[in-house]
Amino acid sequence: MAVNWFKYSSPASFYPLAGRVIPWFAAAAAVFTVIGLWIGFFVAPTDYQQGEAYRIIYIHVPAAWMSMFVYLVMAAYAALGIVFNTRLSGYMARALAPTGAMFTFVALWTGALWGRPMWGAWWVWDARLTSELILLFLYLGFIALHSAIDDPRRAARASGLLAIVGAVNVPIIYFSVQWWNTLHQGASISLTQAPSMAKTMLAGMLVMAVAAWCYTVAVALARVRCEILERERHADWIGDALARESRS
Amino acid sequence: MRGPGLAGIVGGVIVRDLTLAGRRPVDVMTAVIFFVIVVSLFPLAVGPESRTLATIAPGVVWVAALLASMLSLGRLFNADYADGTLEQMLLAPQPLSLIVLGKVAAHWLVAGAPLVLISPLLGLQFGLPAEGLAMLALALLLGTPALSLVGALGAALTIGVRGGGALVSLLVLPLCVPVLIFGAGAVEAAVSGMDAGAHLSLLGAFLVMALCFGPWVTAAALRIALD
Amino acid sequence: MLRGESLAAVRGDRRLFAELNFDLQAGEMLYVGGPNGSGKTTLLRMICGLVLPVAGRVLWGGEDIQSLDDAYRADLLYCGHHTALKDDLTGLENLRFASMLGGRPVNEDEALAALERMGMFEVADLPARVMSQGQKRRVNLARLLLTRARLWVLDEPFTALDAAAVEALRATLADHLRAGGMLVLTTHQQASFDGITVRHVEMGQ
Repeated sequence: MAVNWFKYSSPASFYPLAGRVIPWFAAAAAVFTVIGLWIGFFVAPTDYQQGEAYRIIYIHVPAAWMSMFVYLVMAAYAALGIVFNTRLSGYMARALAPTGAMFTFVALWTGALWGRPMWGAWWVWDARLTSELILLFLYLGFIALHSAIDDPRRAARASGLLAIVGAVNVPIIYFSVQWWNTLHQGASISLTQAPSMAKTMLAGMLVMAVAAWCYTVAVALARVRCEILERERHADWIGDALARESRS
Repeated sequence: MRGPGLAGIVGGVIVRDLTLAGRRPVDVMTAVIFFVIVVSLFPLAVGPESRTLATIAPGVVWVAALLASMLSLGRLFNADYADGTLEQMLLAPQPLSLIVLGKVAAHWLVAGAPLVLISPLLGLQFGLPAEGLAMLALALLLGTPALSLVGALGAALTIGVRGGGALVSLLVLPLCVPVLIFGAGAVEAAVSGMDAGAHLSLLGAFLVMALCFGPWVTAAALRIALD
Repeated sequence: MLRGESLAAVRGDRRLFAELNFDLQAGEMLYVGGPNGSGKTTLLRMICGLVLPVAGRVLWGGEDIQSLDDAYRADLLYCGHHTALKDDLTGLENLRFASMLGGRPVNEDEALAALERMGMFEVADLPARVMSQGQKRRVNLARLLLTRARLWVLDEPFTALDAAAVEALRATLADHLRAGGMLVLTTHQQASFDGITVRHVEMGQ
């Protein structure tokens, strides 16, 4: 027998489930962050070229990975919502957007902090940084469109369509920026291609990426629960669910 | 087959939108004048040094074209939405994407084509060499229809939304980055004596993709907006 | 022919209606009544396929209108709150464009004849911007004389019409029904026709 995934696409069964798993993901995020930072700051060796300053990659690289990954997940939820007309997918897409934008911003910020000792400038029009900046614009557009439309169903569907078009466009934008960059600057030092990366460095980044992922899940689920409470406050099951929660 | 036929509906919509634009010629002129003014502001801000101006000319003209085409997007669907004709378009028995295609084509003829025609003149002001002038017009000819197609999606998503004008730019400009890069790049290549063929091919590829998917996605956005 | 099955609609957070059913055969009229804000317009737009039902479906000849798509729209004519006229086009241009959109282009003579029957011959060459609300309505309703659509969905068609125009419209609607057409109507006017079955949907109960 196949698992009935559609069961969990109904807010009534999703709401308590999300409530149960949030603490686990939050705890995992905290634990992995501590481990990852410990590896990054104490175990991993000092880079022979960049000294101690390179250690910001333990935040920068996972943030950059997550910023792109979250956008794809958001677009996937948006597509589900439009194809199957499920409310929950729209809530998920909406809940992921601020976290994705936050990671994009962190990636840009830490990139600037790293760029200062590396290139001697806070901002360099590097292909990756520029793509990341455009990705931030895409996130902001999604959030702005969603909040500008009053009707929640139209808001979810319209911004969902935008997310899908954005996701299709991201590779094209990335390619064009790359092309523009090689034409104008020649090969530039890339942020992520550290020569001969030590295994512990990679391990530190992966652990931090897992931590970022757990954090995203926990925060997105918490936001979805708020959204469900707000949107479906007239539904009968909300009262029962809240009563059960206050008892336990 | 009943009805006006598929080409007929595209043509009919184009004729209708051009007639409407013809009755309000000032609306059409504002976007073109805006384009000219923005381009003319740069020498005032940057200084009249001719070498600098020739270097920045392709980028300046392209950014101005991008902004000018944003400016006219608000009219694309909002007027039809307000008086109920957009609703009738959604109820037409012909594919909505063809009606959208007609509207975008009319929009380009009114808001995009004049930019293409006037751009060599502006390039001249910036001291672009002859090959640069021709390439500027050619790149805009390939790029501005793509801007109209992508812009139509933004206009459809923001129908009837408060603060729609600024919002359209926020949604559409990031999506137009490839057009800007390839378009301005083609002119720069031509000016520096390199082959602009690769830029133009990529610009053309983007246009073909926008032509295939744009009207269809915009039609979906219209149905969502009027729900 | 036209069936609504347990339809439900939501506007914002508010539930407009739920479990709404109706059934309409050829030559019958569906009268949608109810106070303002009870969802009459939403139901009409749902019947046209403009509004997606939150639950339930609308069937035309046994098939869901969402899958029939363009084929259903060829049988459909909708007049909403808006007159759907462009202010800068003349009455004649407006009517001809609306007919082309409706899938049946007409030439100038046919359009003029329809305007004349609506008593609107004199505004044929006037831009809609200078017409009165009632004149605009009548130009819009002239589409009824030119269409081949079997299902007419009219939202308050009698609004802003004078007594003579109301009579003319009633005659047009009666002709359409007697010829086997279908009509979905909201109105505050008395709406019944001799020998025509009228089905009722009361909203807001």
